[in-house]
Amino acid sequence: MIYSEKVMDHFANPRNVGEIEDADGVGEVGNAKCGDIMKMYIKVDNGVISDVKFKTFGCGAAVATSSMATELIKGKPLEEALKLTNKAVVEALEGLPPVKLHCSVLAEQAIKAAISDYYTRQGIDPLPIVGEIGECEDCQ
Amino acid sequence: MEKRVVYADNSATTRVSKRALEAALPHFTEEYGNASSIYTLGMNAAKDVLAAREQVAAALGAKVSEIYFTAGGSESDNWAIRGIAEVMAKKGKKHIVTTVFEHHAVLHTCQYLEKYGFEVTYLPVDENGLITAAQVADAIRDDTALVTIMFANNEIGTIMPIAEIGAVCRERKVIFHTDAVQAVGNVDIDVKAMNIDLLSLSGHKIHAPKGVGALYVRSGINIPNLIYGGAQERNKRAGTENVPGIVGLGVAITDAVKDIEGKNKKVRAMRDRLIDGLLKIPQTRLNGDRERRLAGNVNISFRGIEGESLLLMLDMYGIMASSGSACTSGSLDPSHVLLSIGLPHETAHGSLRLSINDENTEEDVDYILEVVPIVAKKLRSMSPLWEKICRSEGIEDYTKD
Repeated sequence: MIYSEKVMDHFANPRNVGEIEDADGVGEVGNAKCGDIMKMYIKVDNGVISDVKFKTFGCGAAVATSSMATELIKGKPLEEALKLTNKAVVEALEGLPPVKLHCSVLAEQAIKAAISDYYTRQGIDPLPIVGEIGECEDCQ
Repeated sequence: MEKRVVYADNSATTRVSKRALEAALPHFTEEYGNASSIYTLGMNAAKDVLAAREQVAAALGAKVSEIYFTAGGSESDNWAIRGIAEVMAKKGKKHIVTTVFEHHAVLHTCQYLEKYGFEVTYLPVDENGLITAAQVADAIRDDTALVTIMFANNEIGTIMPIAEIGAVCRERKVIFHTDAVQAVGNVDIDVKAMNIDLLSLSGHKIHAPKGVGALYVRSGINIPNLIYGGAQERNKRAGTENVPGIVGLGVAITDAVKDIEGKNKKVRAMRDRLIDGLLKIPQTRLNGDRERRLAGNVNISFRGIEGESLLLMLDMYGIMASSGSACTSGSLDPSHVLLSIGLPHETAHGSLRLSINDENTEEDVDYILEVVPIVAKKLRSMSPLWEKICRSEGIEDYTKD
């Protein structure tokens, strides 16, 4: 199995690792059983993701996709962040081995979960905006 | 800290020894004859193949006529199991006894036979990764065709009571095969004294080149041909011999079985220092029996850490190791071996296998013991699972300093 240089770079030097103590939204997806958990923290100012941090338990691809996903949504309006697809994350990483594609799904879901939590905290029903987050098919 | 390169994955493969390489090399360019040819160049090749066969036989306490060269351990396992199954099925015997934590070359072969009406008993192993001869005795039935049990486990290094199992099988008149890929050169083996009927071995695990192995088949055991064609390997496995590989295997196995205890003494001391040192890291456990394990095997689980990221980060420090079996990469499931000894999925995901040999040094051990705690702490500091474990079990999170 071969990882791209971009994946290795994001694994070796992950961007935006950590927690946001006073986060406006926190999302956690995945489970320990299948070996991947992603936790995403967002800070929202005027509908824009002003800060984002993550913590990930998982393989190299899981760490790299978390890192890349945070880079892609930082400074973006919520609506735009919601449009981020796992495909875009994979492309930005210059590809992933086929067995690792589920990790990129997890990154997309983690963002949606964090935004969903943000809306819930605002007293807004997230379902019509974010939709069902679903579960990783491989983990079921 | 000065970066070192430490190869600690000798259960995956080994460096070809200088002696094996030197013996093999002329067979590529000078002594390149086909061992079936009648002129001198061919006859020389045939002589060298015979010499290698004698060397392999001597290493196992077998007769020359009982050694068949193959392309490696997986081929030997497949041939032994499918071959015996085919012969015994004709006698109405369609039951196989094995264990849950065999190498996939054995497990998947048994699963294949299940599709053709074979019944397979997968013996459970205990929490230390061991089975007993009594379990085997209890599992044998009137229609048992074959008992196939690994000599030593490739992931956790535990050593099975092969001589006792061999005695049980001989008494009950059941054919006994053992996958000894991880044991050859690490444990003294005598196929006669241990009542082993078939034994698989692989060259590249003992400093021979890749792509060569052997199957020992006790004389009197009928095994069908694996490959039809020429008369090589006593008609049973046709195809021009891999002369350089075979010659390399002969030299490598001779060296491998020389003074095993002397080599093990040194390796075991390093292994024990690694185990003791790594277990000082919080929330770790040793997988596999502490005593009845290969001299060079260390297998530790780190809670809250995923194995692949551990390996990738160790690689950045120059340390090459493995997490479970390398064969399981490409699958999302944690190692079947670690699950078989009762580890929960999340702990099985976070295992590290270091397999050292007498080429490793005390400096390698020092370096590993310096690096692994740093890497473990870093990965835990970014692991939501570690955070959860600390919170739910009231463990102080040492990564927060």
